[in-house]
Amino acid sequence: MSKKSFRQALNEAMRQEMERDPTVIMMGEDIAGGMGAKGEQDAWGDVLGASKGLLPKFGRERIYDTPISESAFIGAAAGAAINGLRPVAQLMFVDFFGVCGDQIINQMAKFRYMFGGKATTPVVIRTLFGAGLRAASQHSQCLYPVFTHIPGLKVVIPSSPYEAKGLMIQSIRDDDPVIFFEHKAMYADTDEVPDESYTIPLGKANVSRRGTDVTIVAIGRMVKFSIQAAEALAKENIKCTVIDPRTTSPLDTATILESVAQTGRLVIVDEASPRCNVATDISAMVAQSAFKSLKAPIRMVTPPHTPVPFAGELEDLYVPNPARIQAVVSEVVRYH
Amino acid sequence: MQLSRDDLTNAYTKMRTIRVFEERVHKEFATGQIPGFVHLYAGEEASAIGVCMQLNGVDYITSTHRGHGHCIGKGCDVGGMMKEIYGRQDGLCKGKGGSMHIADVSKGMLGANGIVGGGPPLACGAALAAKQRKTGGVAVAFFGDGAFNQGTTLEAMNFASVYQLPVFFVLEDNGYAESTSSDWSIGGHNPVLRARGFGIPGERVDGHDFFAVYRAAKEAIDRIREGGGPQFLHIEFTRYYGHFEGDAMTYRPPGEVTEERNFLDCLSFFRARVTSGGLLENNALDQIDRNITQLIDKTVADAKAAAPPQASELTTDVYQSY
Ligand SMILES: Cc1ncc(C[n+]2csc(CCOP(=O)(O)OP(=O)(O)O)c2C)c(N)n1
Ligand SMILES: [Mg+2]
Repeated sequence: MSKKSFRQALNEAMRQEMERDPTVIMMGEDIAGGMGAKGEQDAWGDVLGASKGLLPKFGRERIYDTPISESAFIGAAAGAAINGLRPVAQLMFVDFFGVCGDQIINQMAKFRYMFGGKATTPVVIRTLFGAGLRAASQHSQCLYPVFTHIPGLKVVIPSSPYEAKGLMIQSIRDDDPVIFFEHKAMYADTDEVPDESYTIPLGKANVSRRGTDVTIVAIGRMVKFSIQAAEALAKENIKCTVIDPRTTSPLDTATILESVAQTGRLVIVDEASPRCNVATDISAMVAQSAFKSLKAPIRMVTPPHTPVPFAGELEDLYVPNPARIQAVVSEVVRYH
Repeated sequence: MQLSRDDLTNAYTKMRTIRVFEERVHKEFATGQIPGFVHLYAGEEASAIGVCMQLNGVDYITSTHRGHGHCIGKGCDVGGMMKEIYGRQDGLCKGKGGSMHIADVSKGMLGANGIVGGGPPLACGAALAAKQRKTGGVAVAFFGDGAFNQGTTLEAMNFASVYQLPVFFVLEDNGYAESTSSDWSIGGHNPVLRARGFGIPGERVDGHDFFAVYRAAKEAIDRIREGGGPQFLHIEFTRYYGHFEGDAMTYRPPGEVTEERNFLDCLSFFRARVTSGGLLENNALDQIDRNITQLIDKTVADAKAAAPPQASELTTDVYQSY
């Protein structure tokens, strides 16, 4: 056990799975870097350095740097997955799913069902998401609601380095296509992460904090913000439960419903655009299944319905933050 | 090919403006005051200017993440660009886009683009509109060697070919897509032949040589204006800075950039050509250099002093009406 960054945790997860299972391969743009160039090989180790060091260990037979042809390599990952390999393909930023959506949504997601249960597609698409880096409208979206919407895909969103490692290992071992979301503003976050391999099951929420007044369900980076808000609220004697679903598909509805039954109040914090996002989905589920336990209207903390702006002054207003979460939770607790 | 004194002065001024703009952004980025991702065009000036000098008010360009040079080539206001890069309220896109999304549709500059391969289909649409509306306009799609392998680019080339659209496909091959060599990534290793496969004529030129780019672009665009359908140009050169600011460039052999700067620089090459040919004088060029340095100093100072966007701007401009 030692302190590791989100980046290191991912690196360790991928390395340990590649060591354990020779069918695991990796594909993506500059995931090693220096392909065909005269300088350093493994120069990048992907755009944020999470796969650095894997090339020297596993070689170009297992680490495929690709041309900028997302349809081709994301599709090839799916094709290889139904034929005995376990590819981990990097779609550098999830925004780029726009150029390869068919291979994800119509191909890999559908194989098992469409083929009458006779195909298995163990592919992981790891992808960067989220705002906060002044990366503007085409490099900052969340988009996980889009994938959560598609039957046949699993959607994993780790909220810390510890979660990232365990969930990545489980995702690689999972026999269904997994879209694995890595928040780019969390890469330098550190956490105690075991050195040895471990898994975290998909579809099992983590209760990060327990309190009896209100349930906060938060996704990805919003988990950290919600814990910060909960700590501040504790000083006002407002006790929050913070639930990290870890995966939005499958969704651990039982853990959420159990908590709401105790607290009677629900705030959902979702960094995705507010229409048809995970917050609206969970809200509908709770309104339908736990109406009688609710003591206050369900509230959602999300960005406004706009693209992600470039200017820091605007982006900081756009992204939900601990103060906003705190304010909304206070209102919910005071509701009569 | 005859370039007037005014044309030559204009070409030099614009290339120099790009160079000084980019070197200054490089320096300012290092101070931490410029937010986000920034991709610099230094070293590639002959392409933007050699091509854009053939264009006028009815023409369009689509650009890439490395878009500052194209913006300057198509006449975007340099002060507005700098303010945009700093994320200011009166930047060209009100600070909502930043370096990767500078646009000025009123000038036919349809946007830098954060999506590799985002531009070529848009250029087809602009060309289609020009053709249908009989404006005589041409659309230029600038894209990189990396983007030349993106499906959208290849689909756009076929699309332009079957409709014989007035599109000029300009492949800016700077040797790398991020850290990946274009010698490796472009299957077949012959872009001109690839274009020909779509029925699009083209040629390869040395991008360090403004005059070569200018000549090839002029011929291609003349053919397009005469109804000859889409054309292609493969321009080879290198970028002087990293893929983005912050890239250590360890994938490049040591000395590669220094060598290009010392022996193949498009501005030095231009200066040598025009002074040795008696077309322009060194002191006139030096004066242009000084003026541009002053201009860029001012744009940076203005951008730093400019106001950030108002909070109310967060939710404007999403729709025309809603
Ligand atoms: C669809 C898509 N894939 C990947 C990226 C990430 N990316 C940004 S620029 C770039 C390299 C582009 O190379 P090239 O087309 O040669 O242009 P250059 O940077 O050399 O000007 C990559 C991979 C992106 N922005 N969009
Ligand atoms: Mg390139």
